[in-house]
Amino acid sequence: MTFRKYLVLAGVAVFAAAGDTMLSHGMKQTGNISLSHLASVIYAIRNPWVAAGILLLMAFFAAYMNALSWADLTYVLPATSLGYVLLALVARFALHEQVSPLRWLGIALISGGVGFVAGGPALTSHGHELSEIDSKSPLPAEKVSSGTPHASCPTPAAVVTREVQP
Amino acid sequence: MKELHTWGAILAVVVTSVVGDILLARAMKQVGDVHELWQRSGLWTVVGRVLGNPNFFLGVSAMAVAFFSLLFALSWGDVSLVAPAAASLTFIGNAFAAKVFLHERVDRRRWIAAALVAGGVALLAG
Repeated sequence: MTFRKYLVLAGVAVFAAAGDTMLSHGMKQTGNISLSHLASVIYAIRNPWVAAGILLLMAFFAAYMNALSWADLTYVLPATSLGYVLLALVARFALHEQVSPLRWLGIALISGGVGFVAGGPALTSHGHELSEIDSKSPLPAEKVSSGTPHASCPTPAAVVTREVQP
Repeated sequence: MKELHTWGAILAVVVTSVVGDILLARAMKQVGDVHELWQRSGLWTVVGRVLGNPNFFLGVSAMAVAFFSLLFALSWGDVSLVAPAAASLTFIGNAFAAKVFLHERVDRRRWIAAALVAGGVALLAG
């Protein structure tokens, strides 16, 4: 794991939490949206909080896709849940809201879960194939093709950048 | 009857989000490390390759269905039930699906993590 990759994972957590918060704040200002009044959706988007929330969620999606390009789904998902922890901490220490003991327990569980995953390797799918290619050549081979026939076959680029932690 | 509707909608949210996550993860593995690709061939190659990937489109579609299922679930049930139930069940479902469909090595460490995070999310989202 490089610093850049940790930064991407942090982005996943922060953008999701901040985007959700802004969106919900904005939606409470604009009021209910019903299927019969689709024009109210347009009205909602003109709210600056909603617009900012949507932009942040787009940033979240970009960071999430970036992370999934070099890490397992089961590695990235716990990182997304760190956003919940972040929200609770912001509520407690920035907004001085009360955080119930059950929520602190939730924070502890998520943090523990993330710690468990973070201690392991980021990419495990096709570990056997990867180690074979790794031992053959440290240089990036020519890219197979964008339309790899085997859906789950990793590209050489992904192979070479894989880093296994102890 | 109303509870049945709520749980049906929660199940729909969980299934469609898991399908979406799996498809998106597979799409991005096919694209490869985007940073490498970006440095070698530029940003537009990355964007083109992601948008041109059929799994990416299917994944985003599944996510859209999940989003609307969530809206339905929320209109039938309480937020305090729907949000944590959907979020934590999606976690567990993803761990299973990642092992079966993406062949990720979900070892004991990751199972424990999935269970802990699912429990924690259920407590926090409620």
